[in-house]
Amino acid sequence: MKKLTVLLLVFFSAALLFSGCGTDSETGETDDTTPGEEMVLTYNVGTEPETMDPHLSTGLPEATIMLQIYEGLTRLNENSLPDLALAESVEISEDDLVYTFQLRDGLVWSNGEPLTAEDFELSWKRSLDPELAADYAYMLYYIGGAEAYNSGEGTADDVMVEALDDKTLQVTLEAPTPFFLSLCAFKTYYPLYQPAIEADAEGWHLSADTIIGNGPFKMVSWAQGKMEFVPNENYYDADAVILDRLFFTMIENESTELTMFETGEIDVTHTVPGPEIPRLQETGELYIFPEFGTYYYIFQVEKPPLDDINVRKALTLAIDREAIVTNITQGGQLPAYAFVPSGIPEVDGMDFRANGGDYFAYDPEMAQQLLAEAGYPGGEGFPTVEILYNTSEMHKLIAEAIQEMWKQNLGIENVTLTNQEWGVYLNTRDEGDFMIARAGWIGDYLDPFTFLDMWVTDGGNNNSRFSNADYDRLLTEVRMVDDEVQRMEMMHQLEDIFMEEMPICPIYYYTLPMMIKDYVKGYMKAAVSGIDFKTAYIEK
Amino acid sequence: MLAYLTKRMFHTILAIWIVITITFIFMHAIPGGPFQREKAIPATIKANIEARYKLDQPLYLQYVDYLGNVVRGDLGPSFKYRGQTVNGIIAERFPVSFQLGLLTFTIAIVVGIGAGIIASIYQGRLPDYLTMFFSTIGISVPSFILGTLLMYFLSFRWGLLPAAMWGTPKHMIMPAIALAGLPTAFIARLTRSSMLDVLNQDYMRTALAKGLPRWQIIWIHAVKNAIIPVITYAGPLLAYVLTGSFIVENIFAIPGLGKHFVTSIYNRDYTVILGLTIFYSIILIVLNMLVDLAYTLVDPRIKLIGKEE
Repeated sequence: MKKLTVLLLVFFSAALLFSGCGTDSETGETDDTTPGEEMVLTYNVGTEPETMDPHLSTGLPEATIMLQIYEGLTRLNENSLPDLALAESVEISEDDLVYTFQLRDGLVWSNGEPLTAEDFELSWKRSLDPELAADYAYMLYYIGGAEAYNSGEGTADDVMVEALDDKTLQVTLEAPTPFFLSLCAFKTYYPLYQPAIEADAEGWHLSADTIIGNGPFKMVSWAQGKMEFVPNENYYDADAVILDRLFFTMIENESTELTMFETGEIDVTHTVPGPEIPRLQETGELYIFPEFGTYYYIFQVEKPPLDDINVRKALTLAIDREAIVTNITQGGQLPAYAFVPSGIPEVDGMDFRANGGDYFAYDPEMAQQLLAEAGYPGGEGFPTVEILYNTSEMHKLIAEAIQEMWKQNLGIENVTLTNQEWGVYLNTRDEGDFMIARAGWIGDYLDPFTFLDMWVTDGGNNNSRFSNADYDRLLTEVRMVDDEVQRMEMMHQLEDIFMEEMPICPIYYYTLPMMIKDYVKGYMKAAVSGIDFKTAYIEK
Repeated sequence: MLAYLTKRMFHTILAIWIVITITFIFMHAIPGGPFQREKAIPATIKANIEARYKLDQPLYLQYVDYLGNVVRGDLGPSFKYRGQTVNGIIAERFPVSFQLGLLTFTIAIVVGIGAGIIASIYQGRLPDYLTMFFSTIGISVPSFILGTLLMYFLSFRWGLLPAAMWGTPKHMIMPAIALAGLPTAFIARLTRSSMLDVLNQDYMRTALAKGLPRWQIIWIHAVKNAIIPVITYAGPLLAYVLTGSFIVENIFAIPGLGKHFVTSIYNRDYTVILGLTIFYSIILIVLNMLVDLAYTLVDPRIKLIGKEE
């Protein structure tokens, strides 16, 4: 009975909202009887989604689509911090291991069916099912028993997530995880509508008819490179959704995308062609968002002369990063003098990066001195080193600039450049069959850990083959610490060790340039996720 | 005729088997795999994925498995687009490429042959020079430049057509012209030179002496004989344009099949690489067979025989 009341309430408030906008879009039909009055927004997501199954997908374009039609226990706000979403409250035990979530009253799927705590339990276990073989299953490894089940050593019943009743979900973690509430906003943690999966386990997510979500919008069509969404009248916060219709296009070509923005066929682009940025800056419609990632060079520390720390430091200090970002990349990127990018708030309200500061500066003289200490004064006798990058004009220009800087600043003449096709390049990196390789890393969640744990000895992403006993020990210890101040302190220590050893050479922090029409308001862009149109609107 | 077709069928199956085998070997010879990412995934997860797609089995078993599935008409699941099958990808995208390809082909044939005939009739005069001028441009300007220019003027400057995307006939115009540029020019030149050969034959003079009207000489006697090289070229051209072009689809954001011919290789999406290769081979072989049949219609001297005698 209570559910029915809530349903009715939601329905009436949704109805009120729509009548307030003066349209008839609650039917979701493309009936343009009153064109011009509808508030329609078109965003180019930039590619066909690899998959629309939130548990299988790995990329940002997919995450952006799913952000509009799904919602987890939490949802990230503009500071990339989690706000409670489907969860009304959460209770965390003294030891920070047990999370008890209370779901909101009367939650329903976009088709009106009730959404319960059991949906979460089943969905999370599905994510971990070894048969499903999800790439991002490891995002759930923080939950007790999750890793064991996913690697075939445990059972689904051992996974410590349990629906105590329709509205209560209890999760027990392996170790204190301060960013667990952020993880709950991640797509691998979305609840999925089980009957659709039971009906067609492989193909349920291929058609708008069978994609049942629970977010601010619902998908009404997906064909010929275009998705169409209308507000989900069953969303608990439907009042906050203002747009009448949302289109996502899948244009990959950046020049075409820009042309369509300029002809008014799309309102928001997913990126901007680099060479156009200086011109577009004058339009006032160019926005450069910080991205939670770093562009860097890996030194293969087992290969001489890169096994010498002074050589690594000399090469790192001799690069003029300002010149690279202002003359080559031109997308508002920030020169990187550390590995973890800014964007992570600490307890004192300061940014992790501001607290950690820069680890070095552009200093050709110091670099020369270090190179001399390594036994190559003035670059004399320095063996041939090779820079490897995946085939791309931008990577090539950057590598050429660095080659020139090393020649000018250090007197190193014999730097060669090699490019490989993406798959071959990844293989070469994994096999450690390179000297210096270009790389990029985008954080998965807003915590320094997503940048630091990859450098554990023999880690799958540790292509530099860096190994430091203190570093490994600290990494293990930091997982067990639940005091946030102490934890962040240890993160800084980790970065200190890492940057002192310098197995990589940071170049710049990524940015995301986008074109947005000035009449588009109310959207939200968090550093670790895509653009959120929940509260977007158009004001012409 | 029946013997001929039976023999062709046998050759087709043999050719496709060879194509599959060679592609399979080359594809697995390039380093990297479908599940290699810049963000390495934990070994257990990679093992789960490989087990799911049977990539953990020895290559010869994968090969035998694959051949068995192909015989049953199942081209397998895509590794990159999880949840989608290769059959599904082709079924969804081929109709788009087919529509655009057919339009492109029609433009190339009608305009190309038309311009070639006119040029040959007016050999050494203005229409000839104009045709040759434009066909030189058509051959030397690549489709992506033609496409970009069209988009700049027709859409960006004059606002006549939507810049890109798919769905209405208006969306087809620019990509079709961009794609048709080169084959139209090529066919025009081919028709012209072939026509000139024929027009200089003795029987042309005989026909003229006999007092036949000029249009009849050209259309019935000359064109029919001059068309054979164009037919030879038309088969592979049709196969090419029907299966989509990566570049033009990319510029005009067309959800066609051409993209997958290229990206599947970057992605090491083994099943998609193989599936599309087979699909393309079949279309090419069938169209070549139609070309051979068309020869007999145009030129009765050509006969299709099952066995060399």
